[in-house]
Amino acid sequence: MTAPSPLWSTFTDPLVRQNPVTLQILGICSALAVTTSLPTALTMAASLTTVLVLSAGVISLIRRHIPDTIRLIVQIVIVASLVIVIDQLLQAYLFEISQSLSVFVSLITTNCLVLGRTESFARLNPPGRSMVDALGNGLGYSLILCLVGALRELFGAGSLMGLQVLPLVEQGGWFTPLALMLLAPSAFFILGGLVWAIRSIWPDQAEAPDTVPPEVEEGT
Amino acid sequence: MADLNPFSAWRRLLALPNESRTKTVLVAFLVSACCAVMVSGATVVLRPIQAANRAAEEQARLSALVAGIPGMSTLLEQSGGALSTVVIDLDTGRAATEVSPATLETTLADAGNWTVLEPGEDIAGLVQRPDYAQIYLLRSEGEVSLLLLPFSGQGYNGRIDGILALKGDMHTIAGLTITGQSETPGLGARIEEPAWQASFNGVETTDDSGEIRFAVARGPASTEYEVDGITGATRTSSAMTRIIRFWLGEQGYGPLIEAVRRGEF
Repeated sequence: MTAPSPLWSTFTDPLVRQNPVTLQILGICSALAVTTSLPTALTMAASLTTVLVLSAGVISLIRRHIPDTIRLIVQIVIVASLVIVIDQLLQAYLFEISQSLSVFVSLITTNCLVLGRTESFARLNPPGRSMVDALGNGLGYSLILCLVGALRELFGAGSLMGLQVLPLVEQGGWFTPLALMLLAPSAFFILGGLVWAIRSIWPDQAEAPDTVPPEVEEGT
Repeated sequence: MADLNPFSAWRRLLALPNESRTKTVLVAFLVSACCAVMVSGATVVLRPIQAANRAAEEQARLSALVAGIPGMSTLLEQSGGALSTVVIDLDTGRAATEVSPATLETTLADAGNWTVLEPGEDIAGLVQRPDYAQIYLLRSEGEVSLLLLPFSGQGYNGRIDGILALKGDMHTIAGLTITGQSETPGLGARIEEPAWQASFNGVETTDDSGEIRFAVARGPASTEYEVDGITGATRTSSAMTRIIRFWLGEQGYGPLIEAVRRGEF
């Protein structure tokens, strides 16, 4: 059996195993804020993936000429400009969704995921590889976002993509929506559950405890 | 001798060590220049589409407001199904002669067309108010049967924008809608809830002597001039009272309402 090509594993690793959200716990704030419904989660995921891939490409292209002293500023300026362009595009062509995403699109700039990938990967690798890595990470983030978004919309409003799946009590069905699902804490619970599940499958992902309780001998 | 060929100058720049001050400054300049061009390009190219989106949304809210008023759809059908848009001069309460809906934005860009409010008069927290406002009205048999008045003012967290609908008698509210707000989610932001907005229907604004009595109550409404207060959002509720009172008053649409009542509009 031949080993998978490095490019392929660069792409597939961050999807589940090295997932930026569940393993590296990056980009949590947006994962909490925009996942009340699947459409907003999808738009956010698509915007973030686009910004991530483009910024990785641009930064990787000029990586040999970024002076070390101003490297973070250069990266942030590029990311921020891309975010503004995406925000403007959303406001022009997907107005309703941009209303519900409100400030969170602009906050992609400060999403640790974007700067994390450009700083740790794109700055050191050629454009092709960087963009594949960015795409993998973006899709890994999208996967988690859509999963959380789908669960929250299903149990919080009984619908998926705005289509009623579970008949609501108000409309004569049997399902009482869980209002908690639409609030931020539920995203924490779901995300925590996901991290738990993934780390149970791959125990090597679990971090070593910071402190070890001292062994106390049983009193005699 | 200085080499002025841009290509070789570019190559020399790229060949400079990354730590050199010249290269640092030049890279910073080039990156920011490229980004500036990209951002302003996107903004300028997309602005017309965004403005159209916002206008469409405002129109949709307006139609939703009108549709939510009981008996309004029949009234609309009788009058041909369309609201007319008028720009009025707030000082005189008459239709503005030299400003049209199309030129309103340009007119209001001129600070000379705004009136600075005295602290005592400024109960809506506006600091200054425009001299012209775009309103919508519906006529049936020559009489104004519905007046839609956009309003804005300072809420608890930020500006509240909305539209107030007055019935033809000019002292009964037909409905209210909020077009923009940034109040606390779950508390003040409940001013966006249709159930609360529906409670405005039929509320009286002034008593027989013409004094403005409208208020958002603290708790359930007890008089015909009140609507229910929002639990846990006292500041937003009282802001709504002040905003509505301001816009119904002398500095707001008061002169217009008087003119309509006298049948002069």
